Amino acid sequence: MNMTRSQVAKRQRFQDAIFQYSTQFFAITVLVALLGIIISLFKDAWPALHQFGFGFFTSTDWDIIGGEFGGFVPIYGTVITSFIALLIAVPLSFGIAVFLTEICPNSLRRPFGTAVELLAAVPSIIYGMFGLFFFVPPFAEYVEPALAGTLGQIPVIGILFSGAFNGIGILCASLILAMMILPFITSIMRDVFEIVPPILKESAYGIGCTTWEVICRIVLPYTSTGVIGGIMLGLGRALGETMAVTFVIGNAHKISPSLFAAGSSIASTLANEFGEAEAGAHLSSLFALGLALFIITLIILSLAKFMLIRMEKAKGVKT
Amino acid sequence: MSTTPFSKHNPDLFKRRKFANALGLTLSISAMVVGMAILIWILTVLFYKGFSEIDLEMFTASAPAPGSEGGGLLNAIVGSLLLVGSCTLISTPVGVLAGIYLTEYGDRSKIAAITRFVTDIMLSAPSIVIGLFVYAIFVAQIKHFSGWAGTVALSLIAVPVIVRTTENMLRLVPSTLREAAYALGTPKWKVSFNIILRAAQSGVMTGILLAIARVSGETAPLLFTALNNQFFSMNMNAPMANLPVTIFQFAMSPYENWNGLAWGGALLITMAVLTLNILARVVFREKVQG
Repeated sequence: MNMTRSQVAKRQRFQDAIFQYSTQFFAITVLVALLGIIISLFKDAWPALHQFGFGFFTSTDWDIIGGEFGGFVPIYGTVITSFIALLIAVPLSFGIAVFLTEICPNSLRRPFGTAVELLAAVPSIIYGMFGLFFFVPPFAEYVEPALAGTLGQIPVIGILFSGAFNGIGILCASLILAMMILPFITSIMRDVFEIVPPILKESAYGIGCTTWEVICRIVLPYTSTGVIGGIMLGLGRALGETMAVTFVIGNAHKISPSLFAAGSSIASTLANEFGEAEAGAHLSSLFALGLALFIITLIILSLAKFMLIRMEKAKGVKT
Repeated sequence: MSTTPFSKHNPDLFKRRKFANALGLTLSISAMVVGMAILIWILTVLFYKGFSEIDLEMFTASAPAPGSEGGGLLNAIVGSLLLVGSCTLISTPVGVLAGIYLTEYGDRSKIAAITRFVTDIMLSAPSIVIGLFVYAIFVAQIKHFSGWAGTVALSLIAVPVIVRTTENMLRLVPSTLREAAYALGTPKWKVSFNIILRAAQSGVMTGILLAIARVSGETAPLLFTALNNQFFSMNMNAPMANLPVTIFQFAMSPYENWNGLAWGGALLITMAVLTLNILARVVFREKVQG
C-alpha cells in the first residue's frame, strides 16, 4: 500500500461527494422538468393570452382563417366529459373495491386484483379504437334511443338526452373515459380500504353490524380522505386523457345542450390541430389550451396528493 | 323486555337491514362483473379483429402506400423498439439514481419531499402536454420532427415511474444491512450501489418493466415529436415510425387493409404491454417470496 490511511479516506470522501451530487442532480432534474414545462408552455402561449386577454377562456370563437381564438368550447368539453366519467366510474370503483376487500374469497383476490390492474395497463389508443368501432354502434342503436325515451322525457334535464343518435359525442366519450379511470380509482380505494385496522371492523361485527353497515359506517368514514384523494387522481387522469377521447368525442367545435352531440376536449383539439397549425395565433392558442390543461390537472393532482399523504400519516399512526 | 333479541323486538328494522346488506353486496358484485366484462369485451374484440391480421408479412414488410394491397408494420415495430429502447437507456440511470437520492441521501430533507411530490404529479400529468413541451423545446428549435424528440418525451413519462418504484423498493431493504456495511467502513456510495441496490434488484427491475409497459402504448406524446414515417428508417434524427401513431393513423383511414393492420398492431401492442405487466408482477413476487 503506497497510500496512507488519510489518502484513502480522502479519496472515498471525494467519491462519496461525487456520487451524492450526481444522484441529487438527477432528483432535481425531475423538479426542473416540471418548472420547464410550465415556463415553456407559458412562453409559447403568451402571444395568444396577450392578444385575447382573459377573454380567451370565456370566448367560444375558434376561427382559424379569421384568426379569432377562444378556449371555452374545449375547456367545457374537457370538464363535462370528466365530470360525467366520474359520476359513472366512482360508484363502480367503490363497488369493485368493496368486492375485492370485503366480499371476495382470499384465493380469488389476487387474480381479480391483477385483472383490474391490467385494465389500467391497456393503452388508451386501444380504448379509442374499441370505443369507435365496437362501442359506438350498439350505443347509437340501443342505448341512446333508450335514454331519450326515458330520461329524455323528463322536463328540463330531458334536453341533455335529445338530438340525433350518432353514437359519437360527449356522452360516449364520457363512458369510455369512465372505463379508463375505473381501474385507477379502484386500486386506490382498495389500498386505503386495506389500511382500516381490523379491530375496528371486528368490533362493529361484534355488536351485530351487517357487512354493508361495516362498509358504510366504519370503513368509509375512516378512509374518506383517501377515497376523495383517489377520486381526484382519477379526475386528473380523465382531464388529460387524449387518444380515447379523440376517437369518440366527434371533434366538433361547438357547445350543444345535448350530451349526444359531438364536442371537443382540450386534449382532442391539440391532437387534431397541433400538427397542422400555422405558427402565430393558432399555434399560440393551442399552447394556451395546453397550459390551461396542465395547470388544472396540476391543481387537481396536488389536492389529491395532499389528501393521500394525510391518509398515509393515519396509516403511520396505526402501525 | 330489554333482553328480547333485536329481531323479535323490531322485525321490520331487522328485515330492512338485511335487505340493505344484500342489496349493497349484490351491487358491488355486479360492479365487479361490469369491470370484468369490460376487460373481457376489449380483449375479445382485439383477438377477433387482430388475430387474423398477424402473419409473417406484418413483421417483414413496411407500411403499405395508400390504396395499395398488402404491407406490414415492420417499420413501425422497429421504430417503436428503437424509441422505447433508447427511452429505457436514458430513463433507467436517471430514475434509479434519483430514487437512490430520495432514500439514501435526501430522505427527510425538504428537497426530497418536494421531489417526491412533483414526481407523483408527473406520474399522472397529461401526456399530451409533455408532447407539447418537447415540441416547444426540441422540435421547434431543430425545425423538424425527430426520433430523439420522441425519446425525450417518453423518458419524461418513464422517469417518474422508475423513481417512485425504486424509492419504494429501496425502503424495503432492512437498515441492518446498511449498518452492517457501514460498520465495515464501506463508503456510502458503495453501500448504496453494491449493497442496497443489489438487495432491491428485482423490485427496481419491476419498476423498469412497468415504465417500459407504460411508454410502449403512449401515443399522445409522440404525435408532435417523433411523428410517424411511412418508410423504414433507423435514423433517430428524422421522423420515426412507431406503432401507436401508426395505429392511430391507420385506424382513422378509409383504406380497409390499413384498418386491418391497425387492429393487428393494436393486438400486438396490448399483448406486449400486458405481458410486461404480468412479468413485472412475477419478478416482484419471486423476490418477496424468495
